[in-house]
Amino acid sequence: MSDEAQTIPGLGAPADTEWETVVGLEVHAELATATKLFSASPNRFGGEPNTHIDPVSLGLPGSLPVLNEKAVELAIRVGLALNCRIQPSVFARKNYFYPDMPKDFQISQYDQPINVDGWLELPSGKRVGIERAHLEEDTGKTVHIGGGGRIHEAGYSLVDYNRAGVPLIEIVGHPELRSAEEARQYVSELRSILVAVGASDGKMEEGSLRVDCNVSVRPVGSDRLGTRCEIKNVNSLRSLGRAIEYEARRQIDQLTSGQAIEQQTRHWNEDDGRTHALRSKEEDYDYRYFPEPDLLPLNPSTEWVEQIRHALPALPRDRRMNLAEAAPSVDIDNIALAVERSMDELALAAISGGGAAERVMTHIVQNLADGSGQLTPEALAELVGMEEAGELTATQAKKVLAVLVEGGGSPQDAAQTLGFEAMDTDELESLVDSLIAEHADEWSRFCDGDAKLTGFFVGQVMKATQGRADGKAVTQLLNSRRG
Amino acid sequence: MGQQRITRAECAHVAALARLELTDEELDRFTGQLDELLDHVAEVEALDLEALPPTMHALPIANLLRPDTPGEVLDRDEVLAQAPFAEDGQFRVPPVLGEAP
Amino acid sequence: MTAVEIAAAVRSGQRSARSVVDEHLDVIAGGDADIHAFNLVAADQARARADEIDGAVAAGSDPGPLAGVPVALKDNLCTRGLATTCSSRILEDWAPPYDASVVEQLHNAGAVVVGKTNMDEFAMGSSTENSAFGPTCNPCDTSRVPGGSSGGSAAAVAAGFAPVALGSDTGGSIRQPAALCGVVGVKPTYGLVSRYGLVAFASSLDQIGPFTTTVADAAAVLDVISGPDARDSTSISEPQPPVSHTLADGIDGLRVGVLTELSGNGIAPDVAAQLQAAVRALESAGASVAEASAPAAVYGLSAYYLIAPAEASSNLARYDGVRYGLRVDGPSTPDMNTATRSAGFGDEVKRRIMIGTYALSAGYYDAYYGKAQKVRTLIINDFASVWERFDLLVSPTSPTTAFPLGERTADPMAMYMSDVCTVPVNLTGQAAMSVPYGVGDDGLPVGVQIMAPALGEPVMFRAAAVLEASL
Repeated sequence: MSDEAQTIPGLGAPADTEWETVVGLEVHAELATATKLFSASPNRFGGEPNTHIDPVSLGLPGSLPVLNEKAVELAIRVGLALNCRIQPSVFARKNYFYPDMPKDFQISQYDQPINVDGWLELPSGKRVGIERAHLEEDTGKTVHIGGGGRIHEAGYSLVDYNRAGVPLIEIVGHPELRSAEEARQYVSELRSILVAVGASDGKMEEGSLRVDCNVSVRPVGSDRLGTRCEIKNVNSLRSLGRAIEYEARRQIDQLTSGQAIEQQTRHWNEDDGRTHALRSKEEDYDYRYFPEPDLLPLNPSTEWVEQIRHALPALPRDRRMNLAEAAPSVDIDNIALAVERSMDELALAAISGGGAAERVMTHIVQNLADGSGQLTPEALAELVGMEEAGELTATQAKKVLAVLVEGGGSPQDAAQTLGFEAMDTDELESLVDSLIAEHADEWSRFCDGDAKLTGFFVGQVMKATQGRADGKAVTQLLNSRRG
Repeated sequence: MGQQRITRAECAHVAALARLELTDEELDRFTGQLDELLDHVAEVEALDLEALPPTMHALPIANLLRPDTPGEVLDRDEVLAQAPFAEDGQFRVPPVLGEAP
Repeated sequence: MTAVEIAAAVRSGQRSARSVVDEHLDVIAGGDADIHAFNLVAADQARARADEIDGAVAAGSDPGPLAGVPVALKDNLCTRGLATTCSSRILEDWAPPYDASVVEQLHNAGAVVVGKTNMDEFAMGSSTENSAFGPTCNPCDTSRVPGGSSGGSAAAVAAGFAPVALGSDTGGSIRQPAALCGVVGVKPTYGLVSRYGLVAFASSLDQIGPFTTTVADAAAVLDVISGPDARDSTSISEPQPPVSHTLADGIDGLRVGVLTELSGNGIAPDVAAQLQAAVRALESAGASVAEASAPAAVYGLSAYYLIAPAEASSNLARYDGVRYGLRVDGPSTPDMNTATRSAGFGDEVKRRIMIGTYALSAGYYDAYYGKAQKVRTLIINDFASVWERFDLLVSPTSPTTAFPLGERTADPMAMYMSDVCTVPVNLTGQAAMSVPYGVGDDGLPVGVQIMAPALGEPVMFRAAAVLEASL
């Protein structure tokens, strides 16, 4: 035991040990091409089974693969966006028998992938290393019939090859993530990048983005990695977090109780919230990789790569930086949220059109969760201007905004239609004076410096005006009355 | 013939990897035949190959890329007519037992 | 009639394609019971196609350079709706839903497919005895093998069943049976003819080529089937000049090397004597002849018998009983895969799948497959230096004339040795062909192999024409 304890971080550690979770992610993303990686049948989600097939994607005898230029371009875009080195690459055959693989081998990139040595920056500023991002073909889908659809109890299975041959990019990150939350941020950021460069639709629920997590734990301060387990079948950002937390807890409990972790592939079960062992490292398959003789080495020209680099759209990280510069007082989470919602352009345009940055961002973060619809940057800037000028209260502005999102148009017109007109100053003064007379007790406490009573009076005004009054103007008026 | 280059057990392992089931007689025979072949190819051990790159393709043929344009798809009925067992527009197989490796 | 003669007669309206096809179908019906060149004779389809061609001629349009020419196809070339078995139980009932590129090209040139020919199962063999449907006999002597693996195609042409047949050549599978049956057989430069629709044996070595009775016919067919194909990534993308146009240009001044590594040790004396006669004919046509040496060529067989099985082990994985072909059921999919493959493949295929699986498996890759790929480089380098001094090389195609049926079936190594002269050129990707040149002591045909650098087909065919004319 003592020998093992020296080689296995955390084995038999005391109960009060502080632990660190170490996560490395392998993300498979389906590339948004019109056709498959090596043939011309459509790359389309769904459809009647076995209708998106051709001799190549069905692996018929005599068929040969021809590489899709667009898939290569998208892979290069991803590589560039992840700061990778784009290098000459070679396709290899990964040999294993499985009924959803038409050729009983998968064409993938093995020891010479197209993209290597990159990094991804999380919104926090932390950089996570990317080992590689390579091209490969997807498999078909197998449905298990009988036994409740579970693979081990099924009576038989049905195979649909529509997905077979769909281009995938597999992005392998270094084990540099330190919590479930960081892993979520990583996947979220990676998804934003894939969507931004047009490489993928990033839909985890439809399986176009699939995440395998390698999880290990070690006592804080240990400089060695623990034995990892690979978790498959994580189908949403939420289950990613849950699966990692569960798995880390499981490993910690096991180590604490003096048992070493066995290197395993484990299956995340969404229903019971646990991971289950699929197979151990010893059962690892001998894939007999060798270079695919039907394809030639892929060597994209420098000109082509540069052309793709120049055409690359702004990436989430740069967009966050731009927006943060335009709205320096807004916190980074809200900046990131605006970019994630692809509303950074709207925000930037509204701000540069004269809208106050904070108010613009408040609307984007709080009031536009369901999209910006027909809202134009000009209208948003003008709306914010009206608020600033006290022509609309925050509550009214929110209602006007909803109208603009729904049907476009100008905030002036919308406010008028809704019957929002700024209150006359005289009207407000006489209302405030009558409220002071009515609540003499509260007024005297307010005058003695009880700031909480500001809210009381503003609330009374709002109640009397059904929200038409501007809260700021009321506060100013109360202060001036106090003398 | 020199030392034995492949054992009966290795032969059986290779057959299993290739999803072939051999009778005892076949296993004995194939072990001998594979061993004889491996003994013959061992002649290349005498060559100094250290500095040589491996050849994957004999001729330097240029990389071929295909435009991302959809083409014809196969007729499902024609394809499934060739299948040993089809059901509901899909290929039917006995229980697969486990996930892909 | 040769293919060139038939096409000329049909195009000019002198003969109908239908009469040509009927005549050949009659010869097949009369003779194939003894030879077993065909796995399938597509008589009705051939007649219908011949009528179409005659209709085109009558309508004043040109059906193409192979108008009305009957063609036999090796049974590993995909033909839509027509069984393509590779002479294997595992594909016994498989009718592909698509045509191979060469089949389309032949069709567009006016040729008429008359049937699918027997072969060694999945093209693995040198005698056509590894067919699940029984061996093919050599038309020159039916107690002998026709060679292989394209023995059915060679025999079909030698027996007059069709003036043209296509085969595939991975380690000599066109040239060796051509030599043993006394016909012309061509292995084009790798990438010159599209492999799309050729059921793969060893992808980096396979190449389709013609069998014919004359050099001019072979040239005419090669001109039809060669050229770029967007469906084959390994296809050479630049169109090449037609071979037929320069056939008669002669070989005056060409430098011809006799490749010593393939022409001395192990070559039967009567075969060697015919090679010497061929060399004299080339000299008298104005070529300068000298000995040439590519020392690494002797390692060709060793590299070949690792590389080809390695690729084959992967190419043949797809025969798993799921999508097409044979299924032998089992309680689970892995069991079903195993039962299907064990029942569906013959011994030679199993042996090669096992060799290849072993050569690629963890711990052995570098020692076997990796090393074989380096030997391949060595052979390519040696040939590259030979081409600095020679325009063409010659050797025997086969060390012996046709051997008796059954002689080598129990001894795989002895069978593998039949490929010793032909294998190196598959490893280098270069062009080569076998031209019949007289007979051996047993009265059976001897073939001379002419080898050319990559895309050296025009010069190679000029030498072949010279040899043919010298007989």
